[in-house]
Amino acid sequence: MSDAVAATVEWTPEKRRAYFARERAGIDASTRLPVLTFFAASVFWLLVGTTLAIIASVKMHWPEFLESFSWLTFGRARSAHLDTMAYGWTAQVGLGVSLWLIARLARAPLRWPRLLVGAAGLWNAAVLAGAIGVLGGQMQSVEWLEFPPFVAPLLALAFVVIAMSALTTFGDRQEGHIYVSQWYLFGALFWFPWLYVVANVLILFQPVRGVLQASVNWWFAHNYLGLYLTPIGLASAYYLIPKVIGRPVYSYYLSIIGFWALAFFYNSAGIHHLIGGPMPAWLITYSIVASVMMLIPVGTVAINHHMTTVNHFRLVLYSPTLRFIVFGAMSYTAVSVQGALQSLRTVNEVSHFTHYTVAHAHLGVYAFFTMTMFGSLYYIVPRLTKWEWASARLIRLHFWMTAGGIMLYFLSLTWAGWYQGQMLNDANVPFMDIVKYTLPYLRTRSIAAVMLAVGHLVFAYLFVLNLLHRGEPRRDPTILGDVKEYRDMIGSEGAPQ
Amino acid sequence: MNHGPLIFLGVFFTFASSWLALVFTPYVQLQHLTAAKSGETASSYPRPIAGLALVGQRVYSRDGCMYCHTQQVRPEGFGADFERGWGPRRTVARDYIYDRPVMLGTMRTGPDLANIGVRQPSVEWHHLHLYNPRITSPGSIMPSYAFLYRKQKIVGQPSDDALELPEEYAIEPGYEIVPTEEARALVAYLLRQDRTYPLPEAEQ
Ligand code: HEC
Repeated sequence: MSDAVAATVEWTPEKRRAYFARERAGIDASTRLPVLTFFAASVFWLLVGTTLAIIASVKMHWPEFLESFSWLTFGRARSAHLDTMAYGWTAQVGLGVSLWLIARLARAPLRWPRLLVGAAGLWNAAVLAGAIGVLGGQMQSVEWLEFPPFVAPLLALAFVVIAMSALTTFGDRQEGHIYVSQWYLFGALFWFPWLYVVANVLILFQPVRGVLQASVNWWFAHNYLGLYLTPIGLASAYYLIPKVIGRPVYSYYLSIIGFWALAFFYNSAGIHHLIGGPMPAWLITYSIVASVMMLIPVGTVAINHHMTTVNHFRLVLYSPTLRFIVFGAMSYTAVSVQGALQSLRTVNEVSHFTHYTVAHAHLGVYAFFTMTMFGSLYYIVPRLTKWEWASARLIRLHFWMTAGGIMLYFLSLTWAGWYQGQMLNDANVPFMDIVKYTLPYLRTRSIAAVMLAVGHLVFAYLFVLNLLHRGEPRRDPTILGDVKEYRDMIGSEGAPQ
Repeated sequence: MNHGPLIFLGVFFTFASSWLALVFTPYVQLQHLTAAKSGETASSYPRPIAGLALVGQRVYSRDGCMYCHTQQVRPEGFGADFERGWGPRRTVARDYIYDRPVMLGTMRTGPDLANIGVRQPSVEWHHLHLYNPRITSPGSIMPSYAFLYRKQKIVGQPSDDALELPEEYAIEPGYEIVPTEEARALVAYLLRQDRTYPLPEAEQ
């Protein structure tokens, strides 16, 4: 409808709502093919990454497990787990969510959907080649960049095509106001290709000298979480929390402060991974200061989300989207405060080189980012497939397996890691005693991994049923309680899911 | 509010600032580090990694030893690296100028290996340990790297480099276990891990 025509219409609230609903449906339709492609492929990699995770986890307390297969030796299985999760699952589900959000927030159809499907094909072929390369003996021991070097240009090319489509759609926007989620998405799509290309060139193609490789490595690896996954997770939370509960974000200004503080401080925090290492002291101090300053953006986001949700917390009993995203948002606060503390020299002296750090990484990438993405998928997928989720019971099972699994994971490794660190720093404790001390916790971690795997299988099953339009046709969204009660709670402004 | 260009500039400059601080400035400071003459000897340290050890570095990287072992000694008084005998001095940037990739590591499931060549100079020990860590270190959770070893029929005399397996790990009579080229390269690389030479910036 052109503006001239729109001006002649007499807008009642019902007409307005119907008009926007039609507009949204049209925009969603433009994103259907590429976004579902990214989602389907990412769910596939989630299952692959989970399988590798279980193998690596079990090997750590039972080294004879599958020991005769060189391609599954601990170092390779663990790295293939990390890289398939990073590039197959997180990067890709993040791209799908970003593209959908960008089109919706621009109120413009997504540009070049077919080209995007081609880019998704290239991306997945590259991840597959990379994973085979790592397992097959072409691995590079560079954290988060273990893929054989030829993979990097392919991933970079695919990403640039995807980012161009997103940014062109952003340029088409009909809405003058730029919502905070768009700031975050713009940042993520701009930052990732630079980080990725610079890191690959300076470490694998034209290596810089010695420990410079380590600083470039941690500049990249830390920013992968901080400047790529985090902005996407926050963009999604900033969009979906207000959407589901039908209230605007508490404070626009807090969200802007949060964005710039994140952009500036997170950017510089990466070298705290090298505290005590053979690096210039000023560099490490600089990163520690930036890490502590991260309390500012985290605080603003936490306050903003809390104030938006306050009085509506009961909705997590009903809305699957909100339940996962609130879990993710709370984990974001937790992981960031923990990260700031962990960068202090006195804490780091103990926690560095232990399972404590592994637990911390999973709190970020899993409890925050992955859970937020599950919540987003529960909202987005039915709007693309025009089919509701098959079973509220299975959604509940998915939630409790993943939420319970990651809590168990985090608690067992944090505990084990802290005492491991204390003992490592006491030269009177024989090394083998430390190894033995960690064993029960490593076994607990394997149990947690199996719980997560069950959750992922349930989710993959629900996802496939949804794509195939299986199960009872439903008129109402699948939620975790009584639909009528729920509708009364969110009122006419909330978007149920 | 429409802040398109502002967002772009901000996103660009925040990124540029971190690149400047974490990538470019250290580059200016460290890219031209060279080996240093040390003490009375005529040689400079560190020495480039070459020959078989270079192949071993590739095996170490490919099989991911770094995900359980660090190669860095923290300063005295910060942790107990020094007291555990992992090195006589902290390691410094100059120690790594020839490493490609640099494998400082972030995890100590196993001990630090920055100076393992000094601490454990025995080739036989390393082969037995890599073949099955439980032989030398009962209760170890380090993986077996038996796939770097070959089982072969003994013809005539046993080979010089055949592993001397203790009884409980013995294989069927008439056969022996010998290291492949890759296993020998890996051990050569481990024996090269010696960062005990004095450097001007790190006194003993
Ligand atoms: C799953 C973790 C893990 C991986 C992977 C691993 N190690 Fe170990 N490593 C250990 C543990 C635990 C110990 C201590 C017990 C022992 O001696 O086996 C150890 C000990 C060692 C030691 C003896 C150190 C000393 O101070 O006596 C050497 C040498 C060693 N590892 C080399 C390697 C090499 C080479 C690789 C890769 C091919 C490797 N490790 C991979 C866990 C690991």
